[in-house]
Amino acid sequence: MNTSRFAAVAAALVLATALVTACKKDSDPSTPQTGVFALELEPGVGALPLNLSTDTYTTAAGDRFTVSAFKYFLSNIKLTKADGSAYAVPDSYFLVDQAKPDSQHLDLKDVPVGDYTGLTFTVGVDSARTKAGNFTGALAADPGMFWDWSQEFKNVVLEGTSPQSPSRGLVFHIAGFKGANGANNTIRTVSPAFPANTKLLIRPDHSPEIHLHVDVLGLFGGPNPVRFATVYNTMGGPQSVKVADNIAAGMFSVEHIHAN
Amino acid sequence: MKFIRHFSFRRWRGLAGAGLAGLLLGAAACRREAEAPAPEHFPAPTPYALVQPPLFPAIPAPPADNPLTVEGVELGRHLFYEKALSLDNSTSCGSCHQQARAFTDGRARAQGVGGALHARSAMALQNLVWEPKLTWDGASPSLEQQARTPIENAVEMHQPLRAGVARLQQMAPYPPLFGKAFGTSTITEENALKALAQFERTLISSNSRYDRYRRGDRSLLSADEVRGLQLFSIHPNGTLRGGNCSDCHGGELQTDHNFRNNGLDAAFADLGLSSQTGRPTDNGKFRVPSLRNVALTAPYMHDGRLATLQDVLDHYNEHVAFNSPTIDPLLLNTTNDPLQQRHDLELTAQEKTQIIAFLRTLTDSTFILDPRFSAPR
Ligand code: HEC
Ligand code: HEC
Repeated sequence: MNTSRFAAVAAALVLATALVTACKKDSDPSTPQTGVFALELEPGVGALPLNLSTDTYTTAAGDRFTVSAFKYFLSNIKLTKADGSAYAVPDSYFLVDQAKPDSQHLDLKDVPVGDYTGLTFTVGVDSARTKAGNFTGALAADPGMFWDWSQEFKNVVLEGTSPQSPSRGLVFHIAGFKGANGANNTIRTVSPAFPANTKLLIRPDHSPEIHLHVDVLGLFGGPNPVRFATVYNTMGGPQSVKVADNIAAGMFSVEHIHAN
Repeated sequence: MKFIRHFSFRRWRGLAGAGLAGLLLGAAACRREAEAPAPEHFPAPTPYALVQPPLFPAIPAPPADNPLTVEGVELGRHLFYEKALSLDNSTSCGSCHQQARAFTDGRARAQGVGGALHARSAMALQNLVWEPKLTWDGASPSLEQQARTPIENAVEMHQPLRAGVARLQQMAPYPPLFGKAFGTSTITEENALKALAQFERTLISSNSRYDRYRRGDRSLLSADEVRGLQLFSIHPNGTLRGGNCSDCHGGELQTDHNFRNNGLDAAFADLGLSSQTGRPTDNGKFRVPSLRNVALTAPYMHDGRLATLQDVLDHYNEHVAFNSPTIDPLLLNTTNDPLQQRHDLELTAQEKTQIIAFLRTLTDSTFILDPRFSAPR
C-alpha cells in the first residue's frame, strides 16, 4: 500500500468516526426533536352543520341560501411561541373541499417540539408561489380552482342559490391578487387565537389536534355585510376584496385543542 | 337428420374417449395422492410504462392488484375487439367505441345486440386513467368494475361474462394470451376485466394541435383559435368577455371530474347522478366530460340530443333551462351583459365561431390513428 492510499484510508476512517459521533449527537435529547400535529377543519353555517345542496341557511341579514360547493386553499401554516419566535411549516399547501371529507383533516409533520401559543395561515395561495408556477399536489388537484387566463388561483369558492339573488344563483369566486398596487388582492392571512390558557404542545410522543371552526357565514358578515339582492356574483375584483376582508375577520376560529 | 346422427355419434365417441382418459388420469392421480396439476410455466410479464404527457396531471398509479404489463395490455386489446363476448357474436366494445371517432359511435344513443337502444350516448374513451368516476352518472369507481356492465347489459353485449369466458377458453389464441399476461391459461372473469382495464388505461390523447401549442409552439393556433381559447376560459364580469366553459371544463383535460346540471332540461327523463346517490339534489347532474377530440364525438350530451358543436354553443348561449331545479349556479350567473343583469350568456355569433374553432384544435390525429389502439389483425 503506497502512502497516498494509506492517507486516503486514514481520512476515510476519520470521516467515518466523525459521522458516527454526529449520529450519536443526533439522538442526544438536548438537540431539537420533532413531533406532529393536525388541523381539523370543522365547517358549519353559524351553529349548523354544512350540508351541501340539501339544507337552506339564513344569513345574519336574513337572506336565505343553499351551498352546492365550498372549497378553499389553506397554506403557509406557521406556529408561533410566546417569545415571538416562529416555525413555518415548509411547503404547506392544502385544498379543503367540502365535497371531500378527507380534505378536512390536515396532517403536519416534522415540527420542532415546543410550546406554541399561536397559529397563522394564509387563506388562499400566496402570490409568490402562484407566480412560480409548476404546480403539483394540492395546487394541481382541482383545475376548477385556477384561472388559466389570468394565472391566478381562486382562493375561496362558494357556489349555491338564494331566492334573494336576482338570478337565483350565488357564485363567489374570491380569486386573484393582481390589479394596480394589489388593489384586487383577495389573499388573506389570519391568526385565529387559541382559547385562553391553551397551548399547542408539540412532543415526539404526542399528536395534538387544533380544531378550527370554519364558518360559511364569515363570508357574508363582518366589515362588509353581503346582501344577495346586490352581491350574488363575484369573481375577483373590488367586490371579492370586500368578501376577502370578511373572510379575514371571521371565517376561522379555534374551537379547541386536543393535547392527545 | 343424417348430419345430426353423424354429429352425435362423433360426439359420443369423443365423450367415451374423454371418459377413458379421465379414468386413467384419475387412477394416476390416486396413485400419486392429491398432487396438484403440473404448474404452467409462463415467463413473468413485462411492465408497461405509461408516458407522462407534459403539463398533464401526474398519472395516478394503477390498482395494486392490476399493474400494467405489455402482455396484459395486448390481451386487453384483443378482448376490446372480441365479438365473442356478446350474445350473438355481433358486438364488441369496439363496435360502440370506434377509434376513428375517439372511441364513440356517431349515434345519439348507443345500439347494442339485436338493435337494442341504450338510454345514453357512448362516451369517448380517452385519458380514462385520470377519471375517478366512470360513466355519465358516476356508476363505476374503476375500469375493472365498469367493464362488466357493457358485457352483461341487455342493451349492450347482453351475455354473462361467465359465458364469455367459457367461449374464450375454447378459442385458440386466448389461453396462451391469458397465460402470458396472468401466469395461467385458465381464463377467469377477473383476469378478463383486468386486461380490458389495462388496455383502456393506455388510451391517452395528448398530442392535439392545442397540446403542441401549449408546449410552446405558438404558431400552431390561428388568431381566431387563440381568441376562442380565451373566451373558453374567461369568466365574464361585465368588462372581460368570455364563455366561461372552463369553470367546469377546466384544466388540461377540460373537466373538473364533477357532476353538474348544465341546463338541458327542466324535468328529467334521466336522473343522472341521483340514480346512484338517491339524492333529489343530484337529479339531472351528469359528468362534466372532457372535450378532447370533441369534434369527432358528435352528437353531444348524455343522450346525444345536440347534433353539432354549433348546437352546443347555441345551447349554452340561448337555450339553458334556467328553471331547472338543480341547475348549476355557474350557468345562472354567467353573462356578458355589461350591466351583469341578464341571464343569457350573450356571446356574439363570431365569438361562438371562435370557441368552436378552438374546440377543433383539440382533435388528436395521432390518437385516432395509433396502431397500438386499433383492432389486432
Ligand atoms: C352498445 C354500445 C356499447 C358497447 C358495446 C360498449 N359500450 Fe362502453 N359505453 C357505452 C355507453 C352508452 C356508455 C355510457 C354509459 C352510461 O353513462 O351509463 C359507455 C361508457 C363507457 C365507459 C365510461 C367512460 C367514461 O369516461 O366514464 C367505459 C370505460 C366504457 N364504456 C368501456 C367499455 C368497454 C370496456 C366495453 C366492452 C367490454 C364497452 N364499453 C362496450 C356504450 C357501449
Ligand atoms: C356548469 C358547468 C358547465 C359549463 C359552464 C359548461 N359546461 Fe359543457 N358540459 C357540462 C356538463 C355537466 C356536460 C354533460 C351534460 C349532459 O350530458 O347531460 C357538458 C357537456 C358538454 C359538451 C358535450 C360533450 C360530449 O361529449 O357530449 C360540450 C361539447 C360542452 N359541454 C361544451 C361546453 C362549452 C363550449 C362551454 C362554454 C360555452 C361549456 N360546455 C360550459 C358542464 C358545463
